[in-house]
Amino acid sequence: MVEKFFLLNGLLVVFILVGIFYLLLNESLPTFKEVSIVEFFTSTTWNPTGYHKVSYGIVSLIFSTIMVTVGSLIFAVPLGIACAAYLSEIAPAKAREILKPTIEILAGIPSVVIGFLGIVLIGPMIAKIFNLPNGLNAINGSVLLGIMALPTIISISEDAINAVPDDYKKASLALGATEWQTLVKVTIPAALSGIIAAVMLGMGRAIGETMAVLMATGNAPAFPKSIFSAVRTLTATIGIELGEVAYNTTHYYSLFAVGLVLFVMTFLINIVSDWVLNKYEEAE
Amino acid sequence: MAKNSMEVKDLDFYYGDFHALHNISLKMSANKVTSFIGPSGCGKSTFLRTLNRMNDLIEGTRVDGAVLIDGKNIYGEGIDIVDLRKRVGMVFQHPNPFPKSIYDNVAYGPRAHGLKDKEKLDQIVEESLKSAALWDEVKDKLDSSAMGISGGQKQRLCIARALAVNPEILLMDEPTSALDPIATAKIEDLIEDLKKDYTIVIVTHSMQQAARISDYTAFFYMGDLIEHGATEKIFEKPENQKTEDYITGRFG
Amino acid sequence: MFSRDMQQKIGFGFLRLSALCVLSILAVILYDIISKGIGVINWEFLTTAPSHGMTKGGIFPAIVGTFSVTVITALLAVPLGMFAAIYLNEYAKQGRITKLIRMSIRNLAGVPSIVFGLFGLALFVQILGFGTSILSAGLTLGLMTLPVTITASEEALKTIPNSYRNGSLALGVTKWYAIRTNVLPYAIPGMLTGTILGLSRAAGETAPILFTGAAFFLPFLPDSPFSQFMALPYHLYVMSTQHHDIAKVRPLAYGTALVLIALVLSMNMVAILLRYWLRKKAKR
Repeated sequence: MVEKFFLLNGLLVVFILVGIFYLLLNESLPTFKEVSIVEFFTSTTWNPTGYHKVSYGIVSLIFSTIMVTVGSLIFAVPLGIACAAYLSEIAPAKAREILKPTIEILAGIPSVVIGFLGIVLIGPMIAKIFNLPNGLNAINGSVLLGIMALPTIISISEDAINAVPDDYKKASLALGATEWQTLVKVTIPAALSGIIAAVMLGMGRAIGETMAVLMATGNAPAFPKSIFSAVRTLTATIGIELGEVAYNTTHYYSLFAVGLVLFVMTFLINIVSDWVLNKYEEAE
Repeated sequence: MAKNSMEVKDLDFYYGDFHALHNISLKMSANKVTSFIGPSGCGKSTFLRTLNRMNDLIEGTRVDGAVLIDGKNIYGEGIDIVDLRKRVGMVFQHPNPFPKSIYDNVAYGPRAHGLKDKEKLDQIVEESLKSAALWDEVKDKLDSSAMGISGGQKQRLCIARALAVNPEILLMDEPTSALDPIATAKIEDLIEDLKKDYTIVIVTHSMQQAARISDYTAFFYMGDLIEHGATEKIFEKPENQKTEDYITGRFG
Repeated sequence: MFSRDMQQKIGFGFLRLSALCVLSILAVILYDIISKGIGVINWEFLTTAPSHGMTKGGIFPAIVGTFSVTVITALLAVPLGMFAAIYLNEYAKQGRITKLIRMSIRNLAGVPSIVFGLFGLALFVQILGFGTSILSAGLTLGLMTLPVTITASEEALKTIPNSYRNGSLALGVTKWYAIRTNVLPYAIPGMLTGTILGLSRAAGETAPILFTGAAFFLPFLPDSPFSQFMALPYHLYVMSTQHHDIAKVRPLAYGTALVLIALVLSMNMVAILLRYWLRKKAKR
């Protein structure tokens, strides 16, 4: 009997996950009484409160999300993998003792603080460097998301690199390769699936992040013209508009629909990264 | 302390698909020491664990056949496993005292079975530690941690702990293999003493130990029970060639 | 082109540079916040309420609010996390149910925080009728923190040697008795470590509380779990994006950011010290 109690608790997580999906679906569906699904997924105009023409297209929002995320990965992936390689292969003990807590602390900084820094620190920097009126735009968001994804990418990549059997390295060195060549040609490729999983998890974090992008990307739901445009991601849209919307209106329901899209995106990323990790474990 | 004998009838044991024990039949007499000998991996520890159903804890195991205590099959319908393990105690190869005080280690079993009376608990703790020949060494530090005593003392503590629940049968799985010769000798003496009150079944990888302390010996090989009988007979006039090969050290 | 040794020098130099980069990122963040926030911190700031249209005064109600919400979060996430972990580590057999539970935990961990906010809004605020309140926000954060507490608790249980369990069972006790008396007491300190880390993250979250209970200005401290509340992360968000005189209150925003970081980091410190102390104990 005791066992059943604990089993129920275990199953609770499954119920919650299903519950979230179900509730999102339930609250999204009324949207499509007034908005055509086709428009939702193909229009680039998100203008639910428009005076003349109301429009519920999420294409710009999705594109902005992807753009900011890809930007963050361009910044965080090379830096993260390099840092992981440093930690794993050449860092002296003292350096590790400083670097590892640094990464943990970085991971612990609340997203609202990062967003705040986007406004007060990174924004003015970007404005100055690129000669813009203000620095609240996509590239700002990418920098912030990159900072937030770094700890995830570093730790999991480090685990992956550490897991590469010493034998591979020894074999490579015995053949006369330098340590650097070994790292680049043997170790990193061997750790690749773990690294890919790390990147995907970092990507999932970036896509799902709300406050930093909400505060620092300029709040313009239009289709972005460049990385210097103000943009608005899926998450920011919900964050900004849900507070201004009345319960149980089409606009309200549409935000749940956006949430559902987000949920599905991150769910798929999770499944794929799980699959990648599974293949990695099989190959061991 | 009631006396009981055990009888195993046509026992087959499976780890998943692997047929680990083949059709074992054996009687273990009351108030005697029966030892199981055989080379590593022959199944003697697995067989020991079928006698108190500790194998049930491993996923995917299956038992065919019967183990009878007092004529009742412990694998039958409606058997209370918790009660079974009160009657059939076990001492493990590596001494495993709990990270509690010496007193609390010995009192753990009786407390679990509902005993709260401090005086009775004190009495049981003292008697058990005396039966395990450990009382004199620890009586002044019952409240100190059980992790702070020597390996041999830890094992005697585990024996005391097992005795505290008043079992009829005591199973010992290579109890001295992790101990030094002096500690081993102390425990062998202890076993000689204990058999007055308990039925003892002991797995040992040391033939010399089996020859020294057991009344009956059973020789296992690759999951089969090759031969069993009075210890003297097994060691001096074995009937099976394999037994003789093992005893004379040709393998193992 | 470059000799192999030269390649190695450059390559490793790049790795060192990236590690330095990560360090500098944290250094810059901390320096900015500490230097610009510390001037605002004084006794009055920490113990009084905002006044004069939030341009003066302190953040005491926000501290109280964050604390209250975190308590509710803990009340939900800690016990449920422990129970689920007990199921997974002590009772679960290999099989589909266990795989399903574990997959759900991983996926729940990847759900964006704003989606949790939507879920909390729909479930706790509306359907269950708790309204925008400490309770709704706390429960929402609790669900979000559940994967963390489950994982941390399971890790702690794994460190308890099997010999304790086997030794107990061999004496004739039920499985639950063995767990309760001979496993849990030794696992709880370890469970606390990971749990505290999870709670520190929850304390810094904004998106889940945006629509489930956080308010910008409340004249009185919350008097029941059903009241709205002020919260540090939300306060920072509004002070830096929606205040009518953003420039003037910028120092106060910095002060809030500093207090928030200090809170989160000190909780992290507690957890890390606990982990360190436990490891020392285990070595004896």
